[in-house]
Amino acid sequence: MADRFQPINWITVSGGAVVLLLTCLSFGTLGAVAWRAEAVSNLGPQEWSAVRFTLWQAFLSSLFSVVLAIPVARAFARRQFWGRQALITLLGAPFILPVIVAVLGLIAVFGRTGLVSQFIGLFGFEPVQIYGLHGVVLAHVFFNLPLATRLILQGWLDVPGERFRLAQSLNFGTGDMFRHLEWPMLRRVVPGAFMVIFLICTTSFAVALALGGGPKSTTIELAIYQAFKFDFDLSKAALLALLQFAICGALALISLWISVPGGQGAGLDRVTPRQDGSVWLDGLWIGLAAAFLLVPLAMITARGVGGLTELPGSIWGAALRSVLVATASALLTVALVLPLALLAQSLKAGGRLVEAVGYVSIAASPLVMGTGLFILTFAWIDPVSLALPVTMLVNAAMSLPFALRAVMPGLAQVEADYGRLASSLRMSGWARLRWLVLPRMRRPLAFGAALAGALSMGDLGVIALFANPENQTLPLALYQLMGAYRMEGAFGAALLLLTLSLAMFWLIDRGGRRDVDA
Amino acid sequence: MLTLEEVLVRQGAFEIAADFSVKSGARVALIGPSGAGKSTVLSVIAGFIAPVRGRLTMSGADVTGAAPGARPLSILFQDSNLFPHLTVFQNVALGIRPNLKLSAEEQARTMAALENVGLAGFEDRKPAALSGGQQSRAALARVLLRDTPLLLLDEPFSALGPALKVEMLDLVQSIAAENGTTLLMVTHDPEDALRICESAILVADGRAHAPVPTAGLLDNPPDSLRDYLGK
Repeated sequence: MADRFQPINWITVSGGAVVLLLTCLSFGTLGAVAWRAEAVSNLGPQEWSAVRFTLWQAFLSSLFSVVLAIPVARAFARRQFWGRQALITLLGAPFILPVIVAVLGLIAVFGRTGLVSQFIGLFGFEPVQIYGLHGVVLAHVFFNLPLATRLILQGWLDVPGERFRLAQSLNFGTGDMFRHLEWPMLRRVVPGAFMVIFLICTTSFAVALALGGGPKSTTIELAIYQAFKFDFDLSKAALLALLQFAICGALALISLWISVPGGQGAGLDRVTPRQDGSVWLDGLWIGLAAAFLLVPLAMITARGVGGLTELPGSIWGAALRSVLVATASALLTVALVLPLALLAQSLKAGGRLVEAVGYVSIAASPLVMGTGLFILTFAWIDPVSLALPVTMLVNAAMSLPFALRAVMPGLAQVEADYGRLASSLRMSGWARLRWLVLPRMRRPLAFGAALAGALSMGDLGVIALFANPENQTLPLALYQLMGAYRMEGAFGAALLLLTLSLAMFWLIDRGGRRDVDA
Repeated sequence: MLTLEEVLVRQGAFEIAADFSVKSGARVALIGPSGAGKSTVLSVIAGFIAPVRGRLTMSGADVTGAAPGARPLSILFQDSNLFPHLTVFQNVALGIRPNLKLSAEEQARTMAALENVGLAGFEDRKPAALSGGQQSRAALARVLLRDTPLLLLDEPFSALGPALKVEMLDLVQSIAAENGTTLLMVTHDPEDALRICESAILVADGRAHAPVPTAGLLDNPPDSLRDYLGK
């Protein structure tokens, strides 16, 4: 309301610069890759099979995640028990978990020599295989079942408790309750949750790299990696990246039409007291979900402690590089998200468009981004010295959508609560930023930075293209230990990476919470 | 001092017209049924809502298109008059220096304003460490420091108990009298209006009427006000 009176010059300039940078990162790099392509190669049967596999695995992953999340969310919604809040917090953890660590944990449980294989071996069954389509889907469900559970649980708790009370007073059975209260809610929430997970799984790289591969289980992102790494076919990579943009764009349009749930996690500590349903069945669902999440992590911890002594000396250098890249990436994310959010906030009509630019990187391929940056700069700068800065920049761009999601509502709240007071006191420009926006935005900004730091710490993307002992990061070192079947060392490195990621998130996020006035 | 010439405000389907002037140094209440647009009129004067038509002048200068901070007035809202992350001193000093770069003289004036409202010794506290009455005093210290010719109150004391509210109204009155400030105050309580405002503007039926003596208006209310007052 009062924004119109704000001088917006510095916001326009800095926000505009970020919009330009992001556009260049998402589309400019794609252009650079296409421009350097020597021959125009068509998409052959292999590439189309990658497209089919990408969509199929994303469909299966989101289907299993959402369908399994429904009973788990219902159990959380209607049961109060010791440790409930801790478990719900844990449901948020996979988001900041390094993908390669989770994959190793899943291998320890579901792999050829894993717990499940050993157990069924007692009864004379063949060990199970984790590589291929079902492994990729398993890992995606591991990451997204918790997300789906949180989104659907939010939907459950958004149903006013009075309605369940009324239903109980009318002596509704479980079936009636479902038909009249829960089914309408699920019809509203589930399609959105499904779409979010579908989108996330479409651009998956590290999971497919570690558990997929081979002509039958290659995702588009993995095909881009192979086009760069083995064929150095730039035009094929650019075409695949365009295809990925098209698919994600179509998915985003469908999502807009479906309306995606918010799921910021406000008020998940409430319980709607109910007497229907079986306590044992609910307990079973919660127990299974918790075991599915916790056992792989417990395996990392248990075997990792022993593996710490098996770590090659080079691992510490890699760990240090990862910490530096993650810290820089977290800072850069804040430096990008703040001007972008301020610009989106200050514009009336174009605000949504500016915000959309911040979300574009979800559809972009980080591999194309990284390669494009190399192509644009290698004439002037030695590519080896650029590996870490490029990783940092690409990581920041990939974290931006999540940071933006955390920052935008907070910014709107500050304007709603204190915008008029600040305007009446002639606080504008730097004074407004310094004395109003920054102090009040500390929490969401720190949360965004913490997410970016943790994501960057665990990232196995661009860096995989430019593997080089001098600029190796910890996730890459871990992947190479796994590839060399040095499993004890791999578990040790995984424990180290897990600890660093969680510590990074916790430290930055806590920094934003300390001494914050209500 | 303050003139609204044929002003028309539109908020969606809601419209309100205002055409009145207030003399310099006058203390005027805005009375009327809830939802009639009392706060809207105040928001227009403060510059948060632009009128679709008409002209607004203050001390003879046209301020119709001026930004809120560029108008010669102070405003206290119903809530959020202090920034919770700043100290009492910083909150008050913002009234004269939006960037908080104060000269020694300005620092002394800020301290003097705090002393004037009885908050000496509280300057380093955050608002959360103050009582409701003390928070109101801190906001009034800023009004005092700004020393603008016009003061707008949008029911800033409605959350206080009756005794404390009267205390604050008296403090407002003494500040206004001391500086010759023109006061415009939204209220839903006729007692508040009678206590410190000699005239009142009736806001009802899509119109902000010209100010008339408060006592006369309340003793002999038009229909639109009578229902609200319950007389």
